[in-house]
Amino acid sequence: MGALIEAHQLRKNFGDITAVDGISLSVARGEVLGFLGPNGAGKSTTMKMITGFLEPDSGRAVICGHDVQEAPKLAKAKFGYVPEGAPSYSEMTTRAFLAFIAEIRGYRGGEIAKRIDAAVEKTGLAPVLDQTIETLSKGYKRRVGVAQAILHDPPVLVMDEPTDGLDPNQKHHVRELIKAMAAEKAIIISTHILEEVEAVCTRAVVINRGTIVADGTAEDLLHRIRHHGAVSIRVPTERSEAAIRVLQAAKHVAGVETLGKANGHIHIRAFPREGALETADVAAVLRAQQIPIDELYIERGRLDEVFRQITTSDEQKRQTNGEGAAHA
Amino acid sequence: MRETFDTSWIIAKREFRAYFATPLAIVFLTIFVASTGAFAFYIGGFFDRGQADLYPFFAYHPWLYLLLVPAVAMRLWAEERKTGTIELLMTLPVSPVEAILGKFFAAWAFIGLALVCTFPMWITVNALGDPDNGVILTSYLGSFLMAGAFLAIGSFVSAMTKNQVIAFILAATIAFLFTMSGFEMVQNAVKTWLPDLVTQAVSSMSVLAHFERITRGVLEAPTLVYFVSMIVFFLFATVLAVEQKKAE
Repeated sequence: MGALIEAHQLRKNFGDITAVDGISLSVARGEVLGFLGPNGAGKSTTMKMITGFLEPDSGRAVICGHDVQEAPKLAKAKFGYVPEGAPSYSEMTTRAFLAFIAEIRGYRGGEIAKRIDAAVEKTGLAPVLDQTIETLSKGYKRRVGVAQAILHDPPVLVMDEPTDGLDPNQKHHVRELIKAMAAEKAIIISTHILEEVEAVCTRAVVINRGTIVADGTAEDLLHRIRHHGAVSIRVPTERSEAAIRVLQAAKHVAGVETLGKANGHIHIRAFPREGALETADVAAVLRAQQIPIDELYIERGRLDEVFRQITTSDEQKRQTNGEGAAHA
Repeated sequence: MRETFDTSWIIAKREFRAYFATPLAIVFLTIFVASTGAFAFYIGGFFDRGQADLYPFFAYHPWLYLLLVPAVAMRLWAEERKTGTIELLMTLPVSPVEAILGKFFAAWAFIGLALVCTFPMWITVNALGDPDNGVILTSYLGSFLMAGAFLAIGSFVSAMTKNQVIAFILAATIAFLFTMSGFEMVQNAVKTWLPDLVTQAVSSMSVLAHFERITRGVLEAPTLVYFVSMIVFFLFATVLAVEQKKAE
């Protein structure tokens, strides 16, 4: 079987605002797709179309071979969905709520309890089973949202910002849960937390203003950074000129820039000419001139830098065009 | 069909229990029983009439329903939209029709329960005299049907707005217009600028006229058709409203 989640040219307008403008993607079993973008980029709208909550203006979404608009019941049986904020019926107890979901999913009799037990074990909800959901902490409420989504052990999971607003321990727990399920499922999670992408996702899609602006692994995205693979060097300020001179002369170095001075040190960045620049080579060049090295490392760049780079150029265009922010 | 029934039933069960999760249910049932009784005794002159029937009891139901039924209906969809649970519900393997029927029947059953709670009236009248219990049963049935029609209106309005207060006021207003449409005041207003056919049509839409006939013990097909088609029409409108508004 190929991709479990397929979206073809999804498009959605809200009045004059184009929220999603031709998004296509596919996610196979074993993949965890991180769906990134600034607030209002169209992440939630896209997920709402994939799960059939919103009807796209054009394009279609297919889950496990079932078109979400044409065969909604078949498609909906195949995925679990955690909407933004993980809404649930707050006046119900955790157990009653999960039992309701189990019944709706077609389980009867003893199967219901079995399903609840399995989901509760995975999400660690046992201590709050008989509390009403409105009395639970944010972390537990989110877990209830996840528990209802995985109750029927669906091949596809769609989660809209599953860790938003959680404390670091709770975030860790949710991520571990996603990782544990990743092998057998096709999962989409939306987030604007970039560490999440490196923590759980096998692939990241960045969208901005309703279109995909990047698609690849976290490593692929990092390659987009100008200084990815550059070497950062810290030397004493009085030797900075000498250091820059020898680095510029070195054969592997394409260019050098000074990043700043602090506490008697200067921070220099050397860009590779082609391929990778080895720290050993740079160190050797500097040592040959008796320049003391205080710090030396290869820069990977950070995902938030990539994120800013690919989403803000558009942002500026939007502002000059004088358009309003896209709908979330 | 069977699947639709099953799913609606599961939703109805959940909704019905939800009424009892808050004090709303008890408050509502108490007010319902107390006010139907109060109207019958103090305004309807239950004792003074010297007749063994429940006419003074049922006569005030349309007016009470104007306030009480929208209070039950207002949360049906407005709350789902406000709390975002509508996104959960509509992405479960549930069709809009199943969800709408489930919620509607839960609310209707709740009002039915309120009606059942007025049984002391029936005991009282049987203790005091020898009433025509057939008429009383028909009246209960008519009252229940009328509540269903008002509920369907409330369900539609609730799907149109996130705000429960607005849902309440709009539902009460629409129900009021339907109730009043047979009155001379409304008739005269309509007559001056619309043809007779329309005037008759408006008059035949009157909840009050239909309900009046039922409380006299006459349950005819046109009356049944009237209430059932009101329910069907407004539930259909609810389907459209939910589809249209769910994501806003």
